[in-house]
Amino acid sequence: MKDFAFRVLSLLVLYLALAALAALLIDVAVDGSSRLSWDFIRGFPSRRASAAGIWPALAGSILVIGVTAALAVPVGVAAAIYLEEYGSRSRLARIIELNITNLAAVPSIIYGLLGLGLFVRMMALGRSVLAGGATLALLALPVIILSTREALRAVPKSLREGSYALGATRWQTIWHQVLPVAMPGILTGIILALSRAIGETAPLITIGAVTFVSFAPDGLWSPFTVLPIQIFNWVSRPQPEFQVNAAAGIIVLLAVLLTMNGVAVVLRDRLQKRTQA
Amino acid sequence: MIGEAQPAAARRRRIGAMGAEPAIEWALFLCALLSVATTIGIIVVLASETWAFFGRVALTEFLTGTEWTPLFAAPRFGVLPVVAGTALVSSIAMAVALPAGLLSAIYLSEYASAPLRRTVKPVLEVLAGIPTVVYGYFALLFVTPLLQRVIPELSGFNALGPGIVMGIMILPLVSSLAEDAMRGVPVGLREGSYALGATKMQTSLRVVVPAAFSGITAAFILAVSRALGETMIVAIAAGQQPRLTLDPTVPIETMTAYIVQVSLGDTPQGTLEYRTIFAVGTLLFAGTFILNLASAWLRERYREEYA
Repeated sequence: MKDFAFRVLSLLVLYLALAALAALLIDVAVDGSSRLSWDFIRGFPSRRASAAGIWPALAGSILVIGVTAALAVPVGVAAAIYLEEYGSRSRLARIIELNITNLAAVPSIIYGLLGLGLFVRMMALGRSVLAGGATLALLALPVIILSTREALRAVPKSLREGSYALGATRWQTIWHQVLPVAMPGILTGIILALSRAIGETAPLITIGAVTFVSFAPDGLWSPFTVLPIQIFNWVSRPQPEFQVNAAAGIIVLLAVLLTMNGVAVVLRDRLQKRTQA
Repeated sequence: MIGEAQPAAARRRRIGAMGAEPAIEWALFLCALLSVATTIGIIVVLASETWAFFGRVALTEFLTGTEWTPLFAAPRFGVLPVVAGTALVSSIAMAVALPAGLLSAIYLSEYASAPLRRTVKPVLEVLAGIPTVVYGYFALLFVTPLLQRVIPELSGFNALGPGIVMGIMILPLVSSLAEDAMRGVPVGLREGSYALGATKMQTSLRVVVPAAFSGITAAFILAVSRALGETMIVAIAAGQQPRLTLDPTVPIETMTAYIVQVSLGDTPQGTLEYRTIFAVGTLLFAGTFILNLASAWLRERYREEYA
């Protein structure tokens, strides 16, 4: 009897967690869907809630995440290759490894302070798209490294040994044998890391991204805002009309995330089929 | 591991033949080293501004003062109110996330069928992937109004609503790490327990959970660290009133929410107000850093236990 009660309690708790997710999604959908329109997506922020749109924020998010990807993906994958394929036995590699695990758990707002001190001030990039993208790149880096290592580790050792037996060098083996096989896993990790970065608000507020921009960013040096900051700005206002805008903004943000994850799944399946064939 | 398949002498000869190989290895190594540079960067940036801060404010005033009003005309720099705010919200979050996360983990690891696990785990991952600003919206406009029906005196900004929502946000982290630890416990231990006549609940609670204890503790510690650093939920729904209190129904301010508050304003670089966010950031970084290290150490240990 006690056994049964415990089992039911555990299951109940699990379902409560899922119910919370459902409540969150339904709440946002109910609040925001009426506001969702093409004009809302292509519109600019405004003092009047009913006329306000998210275009500058959406464009800002896409630009910033582009910079983040350009910086974090090559460096992250390269670092993972080094740790997994080259340096796994040295003492220094162990320290780097521990350091990466630790960095992955540093609060994102601390990365914001780093970005403010390093990119905005010291390197004088200002409160630009470039500074924002670079800050998020540092944030995404540990996540990309950890997931890429996981993907590399899953590649069977025999594949590498076969390649060596045919006289390939270490880099040839990695480039022609290991990376193609690990690619689906690596891509999934990258997209997950980037979708985490696109939802980040705190570090970009900390580096001083503006909360009210009436123009879409036009380059790497442009001031910018991003979708989550726009949502934050609207949700912080007392007027309920702006909170409806926030809900509509959240729907757009979640749609962007869903698309990214969908692309990740499709890519993974495609590549898996190709490497298995 | 590759070295074993490839004698050192042969490897050296081959590298000599392929001039690019050492250069590639160096380039890859530098990328790996960048992560160390990030840590050093964090420490240098935080330390230099914090150092300047303590040139003006006494360390004892900062750590023991009970009034936090750096933006007022007569500023006071006692950090305790925002530390208390962080502790209060995090405790509420932990009161939700730890028991609920552990129970879900027990269910997923010990009771759930494979198909159920396959459907529930991705859904929990979705829960973990939702941006925190969305959770903030949920806390302010759904959970707090809901709670106000039960607790009429609950103010619009409070510690309770965001605390509960933060707990829901952290639950998947606890559940997935604790489940990993429990699944790492050898089946033999469970079978031994059943052979002695124990029920499934007894086995789960008295054999599996204690056996996975260091892994579960590691998950808990990481969860606390996440709660301390969580920003947007509290910036949106907990208020901006630093207050030394244990009352979860009134507006408070956390360390992270303070950093956001200052960053949103026009505080010029180099002023004392500007430096306060780095001083608060240093405290936050130090706290989470110690917790993260402890968690990593414990995870290392349980990996060894049943390796």
